Amino acid sequence: MTRDETLALVADILGGIAPEADLSTVPGDADLREALDLDSMDILNFVAALHERTGHPIPEADYPKLLTLDGLATYFQAEAH
Amino acid sequence: MSTAPARITYREACREAIRAAILADPRVFLMGEDVGRYGGCYAVTKGLLEELGEARIRDTPLSESAFVGAGIGAAIAGLRPIVEVMTCNFSLLALDQILNNAATIPHMSGGQFAVPLVIRMATGAGRQLAAQHSHSLEGWFAHIPGLRILAPATIEDARHMLAAALADPNPVLIFEHIMLYNMEGELDPAVQGVDIASARIRRPGHDVTLVTYGGSLFKTLDAAEALAREGIESEVIDLRVLRPLDTATIMQSVARTRRVVIVDEGWRSGSLSAEVAMRIMEEAFFELDAPIRRVCSREVPIPYAAHLEQAALPQPGSIAEAARGLARPAP
Amino acid sequence: MPSLGADMEAGTLVEWKVAPGERVHRGDIVAVVETQKGAIEIEIFEDGVLRDLVVAPGSRVPVGALLARLDVAAGGPPPALSAAAPAAPPRAAAPAPVPPPPPPIAMPPASRHRVTPAARRRAAALGLPLEGLRGTGVEGAICLADLPQAPPRRSSGFDPVGMRKAIAAAMGRSKREIPHYYLSQTVDLTPGLERLARLNAGRAPPERLLPAAMMLHAAARAVAETPELNGFWENDAFRAAEGVHVGWAVALRGGGLVAPAIRDADRLSLDALMVAMRDLVARARGGGLRGSELTDATITVTSLGDRGAESVLPIIHPPQVTILGFGRIVERPWVVAGAVVPRRVATLTLAGDHRASDGHRGGLLLARIEALLQKPEEP
Repeated sequence: MTRDETLALVADILGGIAPEADLSTVPGDADLREALDLDSMDILNFVAALHERTGHPIPEADYPKLLTLDGLATYFQAEAH
Repeated sequence: MSTAPARITYREACREAIRAAILADPRVFLMGEDVGRYGGCYAVTKGLLEELGEARIRDTPLSESAFVGAGIGAAIAGLRPIVEVMTCNFSLLALDQILNNAATIPHMSGGQFAVPLVIRMATGAGRQLAAQHSHSLEGWFAHIPGLRILAPATIEDARHMLAAALADPNPVLIFEHIMLYNMEGELDPAVQGVDIASARIRRPGHDVTLVTYGGSLFKTLDAAEALAREGIESEVIDLRVLRPLDTATIMQSVARTRRVVIVDEGWRSGSLSAEVAMRIMEEAFFELDAPIRRVCSREVPIPYAAHLEQAALPQPGSIAEAARGLARPAP
Repeated sequence: MPSLGADMEAGTLVEWKVAPGERVHRGDIVAVVETQKGAIEIEIFEDGVLRDLVVAPGSRVPVGALLARLDVAAGGPPPALSAAAPAAPPRAAAPAPVPPPPPPIAMPPASRHRVTPAARRRAAALGLPLEGLRGTGVEGAICLADLPQAPPRRSSGFDPVGMRKAIAAAMGRSKREIPHYYLSQTVDLTPGLERLARLNAGRAPPERLLPAAMMLHAAARAVAETPELNGFWENDAFRAAEGVHVGWAVALRGGGLVAPAIRDADRLSLDALMVAMRDLVARARGGGLRGSELTDATITVTSLGDRGAESVLPIIHPPQVTILGFGRIVERPWVVAGAVVPRRVATLTLAGDHRASDGHRGGLLLARIEALLQKPEEP
């Protein structure tokens, strides 16, 4: 996926988890947990939705790579096939 | 010097900028075709030869490649040349000098050689000068890393951008739209300089952003005025600097208005307008509440016949129409 | 008025060199115009008869203005425009074979809604489905104008002001009436976390388990073995609860918290408990908690999560008599079999109502929870 596609997907998913959050104000390197006040349940739901929407397995070990917008963009760019 | 705003033309502002730069710095001189005895093909330099002498106002042979190359050499050797190329249409004869030498030498020399060169050119259509004298090629030059590209649209920018350009250690190209030379306006004597990095909002508004530069600015402001009478408040951005683009100003405006029309007298295909639109897609996609629209010149060599020439160019009517289509879409 | 220089905007007609009705030929001088560059003679570029002279000598007119009318037809053959078309180029002897056109590319179905990026983002933020909305934007796209302005309050049904008052009342009463005692114990979670990692490695993300589920699982089963801590203080006496209905404290976005009950949590498998927790958190934050869930809890458990503090001294929710708290999981040096090793530990705390129980009983509960967490293989 391109960065824009990934960010659109992320915005869509986080819109359901943190509805009041405005992703456009979140810097690319900010920890989403801090920026959007996400707890572990939110992260679980977020990863589950990413998995369902992209089909990627997303092992637990990869979670740290998914905690910033930049990280997400890179992750799904690298994982694209 | 009077402190009251003086009414002068854009042409006089350009002339005063050159005059002041030459008087202020012994390294500065002007050269180009017909800049001396003839006073410049757009009469910008009229009277400067008489006042400043042949050493500072130099007529050159009709070889753009030669005199632009000489300007590059002079700049590398420590002078601060202002090279006038009659119109950007002729600049293609000097493109090798501009791209392969001026823009490149500072980089290829690892910064050992600066090229503090300023090239002024006329650009644009509207005076029935026909295809070989009417094109807008600034978008091509804005493609080239190593150059700074300026498009002064106001009398203030015409008066003050040159000094900032001369202070830049890298080559700077200034595009003066031919339809602006006769424009008259006030010059605030309190303003002693301008930046050559930022875009300016020339009219604030919240319904649609109109991004433009150079000769199209006043057509766009006219369109904005017409739109305002219909209750559509448009924000007009004058890019001023075509390279590097001040995208922050654009994105902030897009975040407010969420609708964009880009007005560019260049041809649409592969144009500066395309670059601006793509930057918005890259940086502000999620702010958009409507497709981006463009108003560009028709993709033809600019016609000679007056009515065809006008039909080929962006006009207040076509600009307003594009903005209206975004702000008040037809049901 | 011809343009006689790039910067010329207007010119003054000085004199006509021809009279109306006069025949003129291409190249003839027909007029003189005064410009900034002096008087310039104007040539004509067509043959014809000059009909009327529109502009009088002495008039200043803009470039492009009509000066006179020329009757071209009267002056001989018309100029080049109607000249015979150039002969067509000779045809090639045999046309090259043309490859067949590519098959038409199937267009994707037009079922997708047109939605502007800004509108799509806001709809997602509002949790609004786009189906059924009428688009009034460009090309019928759903745009911001078609959506409500501000995100409505997330319909959790909780009024933040009312919730604050309820918390204030409950906690105020608790601290006024309940003589709390506090116990804490730091528990090594490493074996349990390793087990979770093994389980999760084989699972798709939606089925994965959180450490909180493991903690709650252990706590619920331990509570079932210490009924003296599971119940209510009512009418100056303790009443043991029937069943372990664990109130799970859920922080709400934007402030406040609620601790709805997971009924019979001690009888749920780890997986079932995880499902229940996910469901409860989603409904607590998104709306849809049932009234019974807000009243049934017999004991409360709070977990500070992976961004919380290391420990909590919680306040009992009356009329309950016990509350358990889990701090953030942290890696610490730990002594295992005489050696210092890094372990992932959490501080488990208990606040008890001293009217209903004593610290000894509370300590047993903590010990039992720790034991269960140490033996994660236990069902």
